[in-house]
Amino acid sequence: MTASDPEFDAECIRRILAGERHLFHDLIRPCERAIYFLLLSLLRNEAEAEDAAQETAIKVYLNLQNFRGDSQFRTWVLSIARNEGLGRLRKAGSRREDSLEAEIDEQSGDYTPAILTSWREVPSEALERKELGALLRSAIEGLPAIYRNVVLLRDIEEMDVRATAAALAITEGTVKVRLHRARALLQRDLAPRLKGFAPSRKGLFGWGA
Amino acid sequence: MRIDCKHVWDHISAYIDGEVDAVLRAEIDRHLETCEICSAVLDSTRNLVVLVADDRVFELPSGFSERLHARLEKDLELTGS
Repeated sequence: MTASDPEFDAECIRRILAGERHLFHDLIRPCERAIYFLLLSLLRNEAEAEDAAQETAIKVYLNLQNFRGDSQFRTWVLSIARNEGLGRLRKAGSRREDSLEAEIDEQSGDYTPAILTSWREVPSEALERKELGALLRSAIEGLPAIYRNVVLLRDIEEMDVRATAAALAITEGTVKVRLHRARALLQRDLAPRLKGFAPSRKGLFGWGA
Repeated sequence: MRIDCKHVWDHISAYIDGEVDAVLRAEIDRHLETCEICSAVLDSTRNLVVLVADDRVFELPSGFSERLHARLEKDLELTGS
């Protein structure tokens, strides 16, 4: 994920507001992935996430004059995406997000990792095998929503703690706690199952046994 | 003072992100030198963080971008100005 460039964004916005509307395509393009996956994480439905992503982009355009530049553009865009997603969940009568946020954060829970005595690294080349991607996706999709959102922005879109906190309207401390728990849950769930994807013999990925 | 495994696990995510202070980092490093379990927990967690960041794990639906920009064009008439 390319981090957006604040100067490019500011210049682009200035020119769009001055009438060069076609530049909006270039402005929104670097945010597309993050918008979509944040909405997919909230809505858990591809078609609806795509529609909500389009609505988000339209709202971003219509509210562009309200962007103050005191946060990164992408952070501002993602907070609009988040509101779009939560609005849709509310309209659908789901109280899932609200109740989850209230319940889980209070729990100390069990975040003991999977105990292993050795780990052989799974190289990213192994992602050529479709099952590995599917396994990772299903584990992330299986996380409680509040953890899933943080993993998505921090580890998948590689946003920093501050921007993640701003986009999700939570504190930086909460981002860190949730990320830690999410990674612990993923490690416990996935580490035992990922062993099969590690190269087992010398030479497969140029890897020593 | 030697820290225990639980203490290492509590800070593993911050350790990976380089967000533990120098004293704690040194303590964790010392623990890792002799603890195979914590080394494996750290390596597996770090490996996972690398894997999920790969663009191949989460791909946009085919045609997503084209449909988005077509919709923007249709609703906002961006090139019409």
